[in-house]
Amino acid sequence: MPEKDDTPKVEYRWPEAKDCRLIGKRISRLDGPAKVTGSAKYTYDTHPAGMLYAKVVRCPHAHARVTKLDLSAARRMPGVRAARAINGPGSEIQWALDEVAVLAATSEEAAEDAARAVVVEYEVLPHFVTEEQIDRAPNVKAGEEEAAGDPEGAMAAAAVRIKGRYGIPVVAHNCLEAHGQICEWTDKDNLTAWCSTQAVSAVAGQLAEGVGVPAANVRVITQYMGGGFGSKFSADRWGVECARLAREAGAPVKLMLERAPELTVAGDRPSAYAEIEVGAAADGTITAWSSRSWGSGGPGGSGSPPVPYVFQPPNRRHRHSSIPTHKASARAWRAPNHPQGCFLTLSAIEDLAHALKMDPLALVRKNLPITGKLAKVYGEELAVADGLMGWKERWHPRGEGGKGPVKQGLGLALHTWGGRGHRSNCEVTIYPDGAAEAKLCSQDLGTGTRTVVAIVLAETLGLPLAAVKVSLGDTRYPTSGGSGGSTTVGGVSASTRRAAQNALAELFAKAAPELGTTPDLLEAVDGTVRVKASPEHKLTWRQAVGLLGRTPLTASGANPGPGDLTNSGVGGVQMADVSVDVETGIVRINKMVAVQDCGLIIDLKTAESQVYGSLIMGISYALSEEKVTDPVTGIMLNTDFDSYKLAGIGDVGELVVHMMSGPGYDERGVIGLAEPPVVSPGAAIANAVANAVGVRVPYLPLTPERVLDALAPATDGRTA
Amino acid sequence: MRAFEYARPATREQAVKLLAAVDSTILAGGSDLLGLMKDSVETPRRLVSVQAIAGLHGIRHDPAAGLSIGALTTVDELAHDPAVQREYPVLARAADHVAGPQIRNVASIGGNLCQRPRCWYFRNGFGLLATRAGRSMVVEGDNRYHAILGNDGPAYFVHPSTLVPLLVALGATVTLFGPRGERRLPLADLYRIPRREGEREHTLAAGEMVTGVQVPPLAGRKTWSYEVRQRQTLDWSLATAAVALQMEGDRVAEARVVLGQVAPIPWTAAEAERELAGKRLDAAAAERAADAAVREAKPLSRNRYKIQLTRVAVKRALAAAGGMEA
Repeated sequence: MPEKDDTPKVEYRWPEAKDCRLIGKRISRLDGPAKVTGSAKYTYDTHPAGMLYAKVVRCPHAHARVTKLDLSAARRMPGVRAARAINGPGSEIQWALDEVAVLAATSEEAAEDAARAVVVEYEVLPHFVTEEQIDRAPNVKAGEEEAAGDPEGAMAAAAVRIKGRYGIPVVAHNCLEAHGQICEWTDKDNLTAWCSTQAVSAVAGQLAEGVGVPAANVRVITQYMGGGFGSKFSADRWGVECARLAREAGAPVKLMLERAPELTVAGDRPSAYAEIEVGAAADGTITAWSSRSWGSGGPGGSGSPPVPYVFQPPNRRHRHSSIPTHKASARAWRAPNHPQGCFLTLSAIEDLAHALKMDPLALVRKNLPITGKLAKVYGEELAVADGLMGWKERWHPRGEGGKGPVKQGLGLALHTWGGRGHRSNCEVTIYPDGAAEAKLCSQDLGTGTRTVVAIVLAETLGLPLAAVKVSLGDTRYPTSGGSGGSTTVGGVSASTRRAAQNALAELFAKAAPELGTTPDLLEAVDGTVRVKASPEHKLTWRQAVGLLGRTPLTASGANPGPGDLTNSGVGGVQMADVSVDVETGIVRINKMVAVQDCGLIIDLKTAESQVYGSLIMGISYALSEEKVTDPVTGIMLNTDFDSYKLAGIGDVGELVVHMMSGPGYDERGVIGLAEPPVVSPGAAIANAVANAVGVRVPYLPLTPERVLDALAPATDGRTA
Repeated sequence: MRAFEYARPATREQAVKLLAAVDSTILAGGSDLLGLMKDSVETPRRLVSVQAIAGLHGIRHDPAAGLSIGALTTVDELAHDPAVQREYPVLARAADHVAGPQIRNVASIGGNLCQRPRCWYFRNGFGLLATRAGRSMVVEGDNRYHAILGNDGPAYFVHPSTLVPLLVALGATVTLFGPRGERRLPLADLYRIPRREGEREHTLAAGEMVTGVQVPPLAGRKTWSYEVRQRQTLDWSLATAAVALQMEGDRVAEARVVLGQVAPIPWTAAEAERELAGKRLDAAAAERAADAAVREAKPLSRNRYKIQLTRVAVKRALAAAGGMEA
């Protein structure tokens, strides 16, 4: 006979807003003090005893064949413990700074000296790195055409048409902690790897495969992580080589990228260029769209940015061509393809507004019906953004930005993203002393994942934050998904909530007889387990957990799972206020407004923080950031933060973030937030610049060179 | 970084002897040199730290003789020295705009004068002139930050300092100490446009070091330095114009107009100076001088915009110096 199942049925749901003590409040990240004081140890800070330092020998050419590789002199250098060929003779190198050989030595200097002693000869091959010139590309992979309705007929019938060419360059991820790991074999079969990764659970298997041991023999640890932005999902060839060096040398090995290879080879956001034609009725209704786009993120070309973006005119045609180049390969860059799609589309739509002599806010509102199911969200967000920016009072037609050389302008853009929670498993343990712990093999990229899990656990158990512990970033904990595509917060909050509710149900089963009631009538609030209907009938948390005896209680939770805890599909609106000096072409951000929806917010402060970070990242790629690849050599020229220009604190202006919440938003459950707010800044800022100076500056970043070019396209020795 | 020998002499004479060896380099603040060494752009076998040498540090002000700045004075000290702030506010301001606080705290004035160009071909190890098979990589490649003046080749890099154009405009001299003892020359003469690879962008003799900079009294001259910078913080100027105007009433008796980031040397805009001489200083004169400053400019494939930036820098520097609306 099966045992009677006395596990109470649990209804998995988020608490009502009125009952939340922690969820949705503004809570500082729990590991902030550890990070600020330096006690938080990142991968880069890990130094197991006897650790060796690896250096990679890299190809200085964008396209070349290795004709000779000789490691023998390097192997004889002082301190060298292991050396390996990666791309031996005959190998064809497809981008500059690709790995040719790797070695490990007792100090970084010894490793560098040895790396210089490696003899490599190349046959240099022709390279192509200037994909904006599609007509010169030796290889163009045209994608499928996407079409609907009758684009030609509708375009011909349109009352107003505009044509434009726009472009957005390749940028890097700029993780402050570079890619890499420290590998240590604890015995001949078992590997421990401290990795700077966005996917702790997944990279263990890749490392295992690379070194030929069972995945169960690889332990990956990532306690603190200095940024990934989509570029750190893979163990990477350098990760596997690090583990191999460690095995060969019989000692732990650290292999982390220096800034130049980090910027050059550890990830591209593909470029995107487009020729776009848009047609509209006289009232602003967009009726026709025709475009072609192209771009590259390296030998694999590029993905197809969503064009037209957000708006889906009834008659449309678009084709994307992917262009292979000899640049390091593309990696997911925060909201893959969306910043490109948004910039290309929303630039054209702002140009259309100008042609229609319409306020772009009015044009966007007019066309909300063709945005689909988010139309209502966008409408509400546009109203909030309008208020925060003072758009209605302050917007002016193009070119009426002031009398002096400094012109002011406003621009807007909008975006969307999915963000459903990924697969996640969480184990919650309640200890007989009252402590509670959540364990899951997720990772905190710096986004606040640790804090979010703690909030959900503490909220569910009715405990203060200080009473719970979160253990993550270790493959010894239950598997959880990689942190990409804004999927983490939905995944880990849902798995933690379910695990915590399950644990609580077991505790209630023990507590119910003590309180003379049944488990389903109990609740855990304010450090007590009490009867919902008569809160004075209660056990303190310590009394309740005392019923466990000496054995802790452990319960699991997973996502996906029962109950609607996470969801997908968010909208966001951003507005930019800029000043442009038309004599120098210098753009300054006065103010950015970001209005964002992400369903139920777990921690308002870290959510806002995500959006602030997105705006700063967006201001960088709008104004100053690009990977400059030398047409002569094919190498990247700006491989440090001196010449790769990111925005500093003096460049970002006033940042205003508003998170949509309450009815209509909260009840959808938790939705990811990392990607969407970084989508719009490029388009919003470029539109604001067009509004300020009166002409479209068609290419990002909006450097003095490009702004002045747009203002005086063909004049020599131009005068302002 | 490659292994090197480190010496820390106590006197100028010892330093000069130590510098006589091949591949010896002076280490002062190290804010430029150490980065170049880490990138293997410079690979000295011996670093001669001058930090222990007495008399190289500090600022002296004498109302008659002017300002004397020891080579080891940091940029931050220059920015915050009371006498500099009082007597040469434009210099204090320019110093306070150099790089960021961390760099200003270690970077020395001597190092600022001797810093290497930022040319990305040079910094990527292709040599100061970046020629390959007799052809300029700069001319054929990405030259958006390169020279528009003094760019007949083979040098196309730009002089990087934002302090030097101002110091030159103010009539500064530089004191050098070397194997043949001490000499003093106009600061502008410290720089030259190299004509072949291996030639340096300055005129220091082998084993010679900068020991100080002297700035004559302003004596009522109207001065300003205008930098066109894309970013507010930690960015290099795209074009700098420093002006110093000796006035007679409302007319310019003598003008100095010196440009930075536009040529391989701090560039004296002689035509602009001639244009201003004897004229009333007004907006029209500033415009004419600005046009004159770039009359000889020749753009490369990607840096035409710098001609406009230079014009604007001259115009705005003159406007600010003359107390006009920019």
